[in-house]
Amino acid sequence: MTKKQALSIENLVVSIEKKEILKGINLKIKPGEIHAVMGPNGSGKSTLAYAVAGHPSYQVRRGTVRLGNKKISSLAPEKRAQAGIFLAFQNPVAVEGVSVFNFLKTAAAAVGRKIAPRDFLQELEVAAAAVGLSQDFLKRDLNLGFSGGERKRFEVLQALVLKPKIAIFDEIDSGLDVDALRDIAGQIKQLAQGGAGVLIVTHYQRILKYLTPDRVHVMVSGKIAKSGGADLAAKLEEEGYRGYR
Amino acid sequence: MIAKKDYQYGFSYPDKAVFKSEKGLNSRVVEQISHFKSEPDWMRQQRLRALQIFGQKPMPPWGANLSAINFDDIYYYVRPADRQVKSWRDVPKEIRQTYERIGVPAAEQKFLAGVEAQYDSEVIYGSLRKELDKQGIIFLSMDEGLAKYPEIVKQYFGTIIPAADNKFAALNSATWSGGSFVYVPAGVHVELPLQAYFRINAQNFGQFERTLIVAEEGSFVHYVEGCTAPSYTTNSLHAAVVEIIVKPGARVRYTTVQNWSRNVYNLVTKRAYVEEDGVMEWIDGNLGSKVTMKYPSVYLMGKGARGEILSLAYAEEGQHQDAGAKAIHVAPYTSSVITSKSISRGGGRTSYRGLLEINPGAIGARSNIRCDALILDPQSRSDTYPTMKINESQSTVEHEATVSKIGEEQLFYLQSRGLTAAEATGMVVNGFIEPIVKQLPLEYAVELNRLIELEMEGSVG
Repeated sequence: MTKKQALSIENLVVSIEKKEILKGINLKIKPGEIHAVMGPNGSGKSTLAYAVAGHPSYQVRRGTVRLGNKKISSLAPEKRAQAGIFLAFQNPVAVEGVSVFNFLKTAAAAVGRKIAPRDFLQELEVAAAAVGLSQDFLKRDLNLGFSGGERKRFEVLQALVLKPKIAIFDEIDSGLDVDALRDIAGQIKQLAQGGAGVLIVTHYQRILKYLTPDRVHVMVSGKIAKSGGADLAAKLEEEGYRGYR
Repeated sequence: MIAKKDYQYGFSYPDKAVFKSEKGLNSRVVEQISHFKSEPDWMRQQRLRALQIFGQKPMPPWGANLSAINFDDIYYYVRPADRQVKSWRDVPKEIRQTYERIGVPAAEQKFLAGVEAQYDSEVIYGSLRKELDKQGIIFLSMDEGLAKYPEIVKQYFGTIIPAADNKFAALNSATWSGGSFVYVPAGVHVELPLQAYFRINAQNFGQFERTLIVAEEGSFVHYVEGCTAPSYTTNSLHAAVVEIIVKPGARVRYTTVQNWSRNVYNLVTKRAYVEEDGVMEWIDGNLGSKVTMKYPSVYLMGKGARGEILSLAYAEEGQHQDAGAKAIHVAPYTSSVITSKSISRGGGRTSYRGLLEINPGAIGARSNIRCDALILDPQSRSDTYPTMKINESQSTVEHEATVSKIGEEQLFYLQSRGLTAAEATGMVVNGFIEPIVKQLPLEYAVELNRLIELEMEGSVG
């Protein structure tokens, strides 16, 4: 994952069960940039996240998604992950009997990370501490019985370990207390400083108090209604989305 | 392996003593089997009584569809070699090759406490390590056990599972051949698992092995049975009976990993009586067969007796695994834990069928039952049939049942981390069965994981 690449979304039209959700999205995230897509419920912002990651229920009707020069919008989800796309889930699913450690080891190998087992374990321990998770956490079953905060921290841990080129965080700030929010925001910031392009999908601007986005996009009814700098988020906080409908 | 064409039946045998009974079941066939084995008269009588019961008993009105079994079209006894051998070199070459394919000698080279393998209805190869003899442990084929220790066999045979228990127990009692006889003296701990490899090899041949394990006070034994069978064009019947007596303070663990070919009807009655403070553990993995009906049972007869049953079933297209467990609490402070896991794929069907009975007076009895089903595609099916008869108010019962479909969301989550759909499915399935696999001896755990992987290969995405 050494080569840095931009994510280019061009005129993306996506539907779920024949209902058009995204109606022509254009967005470019360069390496090291943090973008926030904000919008009310049902605006299509999570659809954008899932469509880029390749969820099978989301059909791309028109437009393309590229990573660098490579078109990824018709690839299987695992091919996109292998190319360097990462999606942190709002509600990650549990898998019983599969330990966090085994899962991370398998996933790291699947996305092509080549690292000696001992170094990998050491790296995991450092990353777990960075997101505020204990060593014992690695032995637990994947997402099974995790608290809301643990799930979010673990999604961020995965981003640190899988070293994607583009990391998308879907509602990573929902249900977190202030301490967790600060930890997570700090790690996401570092990810961007390391050269990853970051897309934060959120309803509220809470997390944006702890990291400053380069660009903020307001999404309403499947379209980007307005784009701007970090100050746009503050304006949304005051005025809400009403003015964009 | 096959009897001479001109050979009919009767009490004279071809020179190589390669004998196959006529097709179908009647008193003449039963008499032949008993005569052939030079059994004591009481066993012959017992077989004939069982045959009568078999004729009277109806087919079970519940469970899997057994209507395709034609009892008249089955050979009830086949003897591939004329004697038991202890040395590998004495085993006929063709049979040796079959065993080499299963890996018996390789396994023996490792650390098996004793090898006993069943080829068709006769145990033809068995070797016992000297340590077993030294400790007074008996590990023989059932036939040999009856010949050498008739008094012990007579004392216990059919006491846990009488012929009248069910139609297939009656069938086994009438026609049984082979299986194992294990006797562990008081206080003796058998350190290494006793292993038996079973194999059916003659077309249309029903295998009716009979196993009896007696664990005297304070003893411990782990018996491991693994099964494979080659493919046939017509249906084959396997109706085994396993009886276990766990004396006070003794512990018996019985592990089965079974992979019959897809045309075998596998109808097995397994039951253990557990006396005071005894422990019985059944670990039962069912992968193959056309139909399996098997419900390992624990009868907790003595105060403080414990029973644990771990059951795993995997059904593919054309397969019905009707598996489960039974726990009968007779005495106070008895406890049972039942964990059942089933996976169905490609139109396969699994059923959990369980019975929990807590009798009056079994105060302080505890039972924990968990059955989980995993369905891998919309064509597959899983049902749960739990029965509970709780007749003692001072008892604790926990029951949890889940049915989960391998969800698009689960697959997508794992795929979004770089795993292919097949790898993701494999990860979910292996995680699902992990609680059972971790209880298996290592080589079986590896074999089971490999079998599951083979089944998954190329199946998804």
